[in-house]
Amino acid sequence: MAAPVSLQVEFGGGAELLFDGVKKHQVTLPSQPEPWDIRNLLKWIKQNLLKERPELFMQGESVRPGILVLINDADWELMGELDYKLQDQDNVLFISTLHGG
Amino acid sequence: MAGGAEAAWLSVEIEQRERELRGLREQLAAVLAEEHGGAAQQGAGAVDADFPAKLPPLPAQAALSPADILRYSRQLVLPELGVRGQLLLARSSVLVVGCGGLGCPLAQYLAAAGVGRLGLVDHDVVETSNLHRQVLHGEARRGFPKAASAAAALRQLNSTVQYVPYCGALTPRSALQLVQQYDVVADCSDNVPTRYLVNDACVLAGKPLVSGSALRLEGQLVVYNYHGGPCYRCLFPKPPPPETVTNCADGGVLGVVPGIMGCIQALEVLKIISGMGSSFNQFMLMFDAQEGRFRNIKLRPKKSDCAVCGDNPSVTCLQDYEAFCGSSATDKCRTLHLLSSKDRISVEEYKKLLDEQVPHVLLDVRPKVEVNICRLEHAVHIPLSKLEEKDEECMEYLEKIIFEEKQRTDGQTSFPVYVVCKLGNDSQKAVRILQELPVKEFGPVLAKDIKGGLMTWASRIDPTFPQY
Ligand SMILES: [Zn+2]
Repeated sequence: MAAPVSLQVEFGGGAELLFDGVKKHQVTLPSQPEPWDIRNLLKWIKQNLLKERPELFMQGESVRPGILVLINDADWELMGELDYKLQDQDNVLFISTLHGG
Repeated sequence: MAGGAEAAWLSVEIEQRERELRGLREQLAAVLAEEHGGAAQQGAGAVDADFPAKLPPLPAQAALSPADILRYSRQLVLPELGVRGQLLLARSSVLVVGCGGLGCPLAQYLAAAGVGRLGLVDHDVVETSNLHRQVLHGEARRGFPKAASAAAALRQLNSTVQYVPYCGALTPRSALQLVQQYDVVADCSDNVPTRYLVNDACVLAGKPLVSGSALRLEGQLVVYNYHGGPCYRCLFPKPPPPETVTNCADGGVLGVVPGIMGCIQALEVLKIISGMGSSFNQFMLMFDAQEGRFRNIKLRPKKSDCAVCGDNPSVTCLQDYEAFCGSSATDKCRTLHLLSSKDRISVEEYKKLLDEQVPHVLLDVRPKVEVNICRLEHAVHIPLSKLEEKDEECMEYLEKIIFEEKQRTDGQTSFPVYVVCKLGNDSQKAVRILQELPVKEFGPVLAKDIKGGLMTWASRIDPTFPQY
């Protein structure tokens, strides 16, 4: 059994509008047999935080194009993307890219 | 009553005169752009220009003149810049794509710092709603092409810089040739297709790209294609679904936010061309104005499988970016066509119905913040988001209002509910929802949307109604 994991999950660049406009969420993921990774976190977010229109946030099991995922202020691409194993107190930021000028 | 009619008539007259003035200003700007652009503008019309064949190289300057020394003295004494750096600035050219909220402050600081040549691209004309953030344009230049307006303002600031206004859109046909003639490109554009176009042109031409963006109270900045770092496509191989992209008109933007981002873009451009190097190669700067927070994000390196800068690129020439992104290369609002014409009425038809006092409910589905800006007095307000989530309180309220109004009819036919929003997009979505209302509670309801929304009402029926 993996222990519960506490995270700070943040949304920015407009992605927070899908979460009642709240940018910062303190999240505790319950203990489960498998260790928590980003793939599971996305499923958890879809079920627990994302109220509607999931297609504006997700595509398949990942985030939709145009959303950058940052783990502790680094591009998730550097950390193993969906397979990154979450550590207690990690910061995960989902940022929608801006195009306006 | 008579006073009201006169006011309306006068407003129409004023609008007419303003249209005429705008036309004259556009003509003047086109003439000026041709004159100032000189060889650069040869064969180019004012709009959708076929961009120039070749600019002459910037004259090599061996030393600073006394006038230069006086002018740039406060930055010359910085050891990080010095005479060497200043001479490098004077020898450099920068292409500014977009003369809006980012491009204005960027171009202003680059001109003030003494960059050799500034290319200024913009297909748009100055509008009143631009002035809160696009600080090079002024009230007197409304209706002017932005590129010409920016050049005119910059010339007053520093006449020793060469300005090349391009009053047209950057297109796949013109972009590569244009980018090749500049040392650094600043992406200050406002739409997704242009961002991919500028990126690909920079990769193909081997030019560093300083890219900024801003919306609402946030800004982002990355330097792409610089010293072996990633390009825009390395980060965003696929464009976002068009319905997830918000422009400044819909999302809003506090003017100073793009101002701050444009200034940081200018800083990075200056560091690159003066040889100091950029701090944002493989880093993204994120600015949250509400929290007053800047964050530096470490990005992935250049991707070997990138479609344009990778080892086996599939993009070897510029393509159709509007098709690739499924959206148009402007930040203008999109027009939805969800409903058939029998489910819609024009503003004129709605006016007639009002004049004839036909019983109905007018439902305004804009967000509250927009209703606070302006509204039609008799409208009932329920934001689209509340309808979408079937908010209990709102649905009960709607049911009550419909029931009350219905008392004024014989109750035989479907009761009309007209839906209005700013531009006539959200109102169509709302009509779809109203068409599904349970007949048991609401009775038979005939929902229609008002085509073009309140902005069309303002332009065609009531010129005193505010436009925003
Ligand atoms: Zn790339």
